[in-house]
Amino acid sequence: MKHFLFLMLVAAFSLPLVAQEQSTAPYAYRQLDDPAQEEQAQDLMESLRCLQCQGQSIADSDAPIAGSMRSLVRERVAKGEEPEAIREWLVERYGDYVSYAPRLTSLTWPLFAVPLLFAALAFLLLRRRFGRGGGQ
Amino acid sequence: MSGERKPAGWALWLPLMIFGAFVVLVTLGLLRPAPRDVASTLIGKPMPSFALPPAMPGRPGLDSSVFTDGNPRLVNIFASWCIPCRVEAPQLAALANAGVPIEGISVRDSTRDLGIFLKQNGDPFERIGADDDGQVQLALGSSGVPETYIVDGKGIIRYQHIGEIRAEQVPVILSEFREAGE
Repeated sequence: MKHFLFLMLVAAFSLPLVAQEQSTAPYAYRQLDDPAQEEQAQDLMESLRCLQCQGQSIADSDAPIAGSMRSLVRERVAKGEEPEAIREWLVERYGDYVSYAPRLTSLTWPLFAVPLLFAALAFLLLRRRFGRGGGQ
Repeated sequence: MSGERKPAGWALWLPLMIFGAFVVLVTLGLLRPAPRDVASTLIGKPMPSFALPPAMPGRPGLDSSVFTDGNPRLVNIFASWCIPCRVEAPQLAALANAGVPIEGISVRDSTRDLGIFLKQNGDPFERIGADDDGQVQLALGSSGVPETYIVDGKGIIRYQHIGEIRAEQVPVILSEFREAGE
């Protein structure tokens, strides 16, 4: 009975170890040795979307795929690749959705144009109103 | 004071109408949420090149050169830690029985866990490559497990199925596979 209890204890404590046994990418939880490169990588990681927990950036997320993406970013930055080239590589595979930095495309131009349009409209309306008042 | 005009009747209601339209828009968005799947944009493009080591000792690994041998294939991205992968196991077995070659990519997995997984759920795979750091998964534009790609005999990705293959979806996969073989 004592023996059995001991085995149960061992089993209970070894379970969490077993659950963690999946492998992961080398730089998922490890920073680059060069602080300048790590900062570059960090900036990029904060503007890339985690594909599993989609409200989070890969820098914030603990999802396994986010770990792989962080490692991808760090390994490529360490090789001297430009952060924007890495973003491009991911956008090529996952579409614009993976990036938090909006791009000007045939689909997104109204987002940039409409505020300018409204500002111009407000300017015209105000000028007409104040211009008329000043004229009298 | 002479510049002041009374707004026309319809203009008085305009803000309320705009607000009403906004409420309708938000309600529609809430009732019909956009799909959350992130599809790969590699459909119609060649398989990225990679060489994955064997995930199981004594079994072949997965080299992307097999995709250009003239035969269409299924590529199943899975992992032993993924619950939906267990759900789709019978469907993969049915596809393998129907003569569909299935290549496996096991993502962020361990040999031990994978061995148990294959013993419990069956092994429909011709080859299983170990994508331990998940880099091939990213190169494929896959955003989770399980996902299944159909690759034609020239190595062009023709179709992507996101999530587990359910029993009612097997005919679609089969017909997409046959189309890729033509």
